[in-house]
Amino acid sequence: MFSLGLTSLLVRRNLIFVLMSLEVMLNAAGLAFVVAGSRWHQADGQVMFLFILAVAAAEVSVGLALVLQIYRRCKSLDVDELSEMRG
Amino acid sequence: MELAFYIAGAMAVMSTILMLTRLNVVHALLYLIVSLLGVAVVFYTLGAPFVAALEVIIYAGAIMVLFVFVVMMLNLGAPAAGIEKQWLTPGIWTGPVLLAAILITEVVYLVRIGASGASTGAVDPKQVGMVLFGPYLIGVEVASMLLLAGVVGAYHLGYRKVEKPEIQHDADTNERRAAAGGDLVLAGTDQPARTP
Amino acid sequence: MISLLWLIPALPFASATVLMLFGSRLSRRATAAVGVGSVGLSALVTILIAVGFFSAPPAGGSYTQLLWTWISVAGFTPQVGLYLDALSLVMVLVVTFVGFLIHLYSAEFMMEDEGYSRFFGYMNLFVASMLMLLLANNLLLLYLGWEGVGLCSYLLIGFWYRDPANGRAGRKAFILTRVGDTAMLLGLFLLFTKLGTMQIQDLMHRASEQWPTGSTYAVVAAFLLLGGAVGKSAQLPLQVWLPDAMAGPTPVSALLHAATMVTAGVYLIARTHVLFSLAPAAQFAVAVVGASTMLLAGFSALTQYDLKRVLAYSTVSQIGYMFLALGVGAWQAAMFHFVTHACFKALLFLGAGVIINAVDEEHNIFKMGGLRKELPVAFWTFLIAGCSLAGLPFITAGFFSKDLIIWEAWSAQQGHPGFWVAGMVGALMTSLYTFRMIFRVFFGPLGIPVTKRPGYAMTAPLVILALLAIVTGYLKHPLLGFLGSVLPSTLETNTHGLTELGSEGIAALLFLIGLYFSNLFHLQKRGLADALVANPVGRMLHDWWFADWGFDWIYDKVFVQPFIWASEVNKSDCVDAFYTGLAWLIQLFYRGLSRTETGRVRWYATAMAAGSVLFIAMVLYK
Repeated sequence: MFSLGLTSLLVRRNLIFVLMSLEVMLNAAGLAFVVAGSRWHQADGQVMFLFILAVAAAEVSVGLALVLQIYRRCKSLDVDELSEMRG
Repeated sequence: MELAFYIAGAMAVMSTILMLTRLNVVHALLYLIVSLLGVAVVFYTLGAPFVAALEVIIYAGAIMVLFVFVVMMLNLGAPAAGIEKQWLTPGIWTGPVLLAAILITEVVYLVRIGASGASTGAVDPKQVGMVLFGPYLIGVEVASMLLLAGVVGAYHLGYRKVEKPEIQHDADTNERRAAAGGDLVLAGTDQPARTP
Repeated sequence: MISLLWLIPALPFASATVLMLFGSRLSRRATAAVGVGSVGLSALVTILIAVGFFSAPPAGGSYTQLLWTWISVAGFTPQVGLYLDALSLVMVLVVTFVGFLIHLYSAEFMMEDEGYSRFFGYMNLFVASMLMLLLANNLLLLYLGWEGVGLCSYLLIGFWYRDPANGRAGRKAFILTRVGDTAMLLGLFLLFTKLGTMQIQDLMHRASEQWPTGSTYAVVAAFLLLGGAVGKSAQLPLQVWLPDAMAGPTPVSALLHAATMVTAGVYLIARTHVLFSLAPAAQFAVAVVGASTMLLAGFSALTQYDLKRVLAYSTVSQIGYMFLALGVGAWQAAMFHFVTHACFKALLFLGAGVIINAVDEEHNIFKMGGLRKELPVAFWTFLIAGCSLAGLPFITAGFFSKDLIIWEAWSAQQGHPGFWVAGMVGALMTSLYTFRMIFRVFFGPLGIPVTKRPGYAMTAPLVILALLAIVTGYLKHPLLGFLGSVLPSTLETNTHGLTELGSEGIAALLFLIGLYFSNLFHLQKRGLADALVANPVGRMLHDWWFADWGFDWIYDKVFVQPFIWASEVNKSDCVDAFYTGLAWLIQLFYRGLSRTETGRVRWYATAMAAGSVLFIAMVLYK
């Protein structure tokens, strides 16, 4: 799932898709944590997943707000358009 | 139990793949929700019902809904799909797929050599709660502060000053969109289409 | 009184320091007072010491004043010590007195120039260095003064530094004297290594004890010292800098390049005459150099049209006379000629300065004319000096000194009839070019009208020097006797075939012949001179002699052009390549890495993913 998310991140140019693939990656990481917690019979895995969830929520809200701003500024959702820090 | 695990897992992966390849954003979002539900089932089979519930409620229920809201607000429409089609050439997949393939092999290898074949066991929600209020108390507090920061940030970033009158979208939005000439960039505005 | 010896170089040195540090804040009057006054005081002290020296000569004929130890390293302890004997006293007298007169003259001459205090600072520094050179009791201190006068010569030639040609002339002088200085330094090294001391008197003693006559060390050391003298005194083959040194102000030409600096070489050889006596080959070389330079410069002087360049070549020629005298062993005659030459050559240069100033900076003698009535003081003094130079019999000093040299060239033990003939030809040439100059400048129709006339500060030195140019001739015997305590008298052994009177008579005759022909070509029938030059053979000779017998051209082709070529070729050498290569490599990396900064998120994400993949792979295969 992680690598799927990674692939999608690298391929898609639409900003929404980028954020969605980020979610997929986060989810995959959380899954790995829960599996590990279950395997070692500890609650820490689930706790980690909880934190990841909280982080993902915060990140999504801020990220989507940024998407709105970018859309207002550049009238486009193309990730490649946002390359002003070109060197 | 095992069967449910495998089916749910396969469904989650399939759903993710389908999500990746969609042209329409909303379709992709829906596939993502399905994938998340599949992951929730996986969690349940692993003996973590609390986490499964959380996944459904928060991830699929709140975060994805947020996505849907924003996508709807952006008002992208049919021309967007055409542009996505333009961007997704077959050749573009090669590099990342290669990279991901290497990554998968590495991780699988790592897991293989480290595997000792112990069985999975359920972990009670009660146990999770005790750990949360015990050693991980600070983490909880920090997470709440993070969420607060997220709220403030999202509010501030999403704030729109009303300098010009909002473009009123009325019944003939479809005609407007058609007049914009299928340009994702200008969809929703009143400017004429630019050549891509 | 004699213990005030140290004041003689110290006074000009102090005033040089004051002028160079504070000169820009002093008024012109104050600058002139300090600059001229210091040399004047120095002259006064010298005269007082001289009076004391004459009346009560110190024991052994010399007085040494040790001031302090300069260096003290492992047995090498040269000191700053002043040594006064007859030779150095005579020279110091001339340098300070003539120097004082020239400083007085330049107080008015340089009045309108910017850099007034700089001029006097340099001039005083020069006088201080020259006095140091003359009074040094060891060769290292002498070398210090030697280098000092070389430096001041460069500074003063290029005094009007805004014109790049002046800077070039200064550099040419410095580089050529440097060549000589290097030879001299090698000579000093040799002398020190072999004889273990730098003190001149000790050196001479040890040399005469340890080295037999004609030993290789003596010959080599003498040749090296000769090299230094040739450079400083502008003799063959290093004479090419002196004519170009006329780019400096006229008082500079008068002081440095006529009276004092260029005679430093003569002084050096006279001081180390013991060494030269031990090396007959070197001494013969001195005579040959002197004789050939004398002739060469005489021919060149005949073709020059720039007034100061005629005088410059004349200086080279007269110093050739002094070298000839040294070479045949007529030490006292050489010093006598030095004294008279200092007077009349300085006078000639100062007079030339007056003339050039008066005709609005025109140097070409063919454009001048008829200044006899316009500048009477300048005319009479110039005439007296010119006659002294050419050797007007019995009246002028030059006659006595030059004829003594020519006679000694015949009659001395190391004399040779060939030298005598060269001396006579030289005398003829001297007469020719001197009167050419005088007739062209002062006689005939008025060329350029006179715009400025000199004031008292400029005419008084002229008159005083003119008097000296006449009077010093009568001091021949007292002077020679006085110098006898230091320099050995010349044994006149080859007296067959000619007497002294006879030699003088022939010289006087040549003077008259030269006067006649100059009159003919440059006063009566001026067209004849042009016709002589228009003739193809005449033209070729004229151009060849004008270009200093092609020495400049030779040096340019042999030394200057190859050096320039080599430095151009070496501009991008292997050492440079290393540094430019390094820079190129870094730039390559820079350009390469800049391309990775695309600003696109997906690219950066790819990079991160690839990096992590690599990292995991590294961990796996550890």
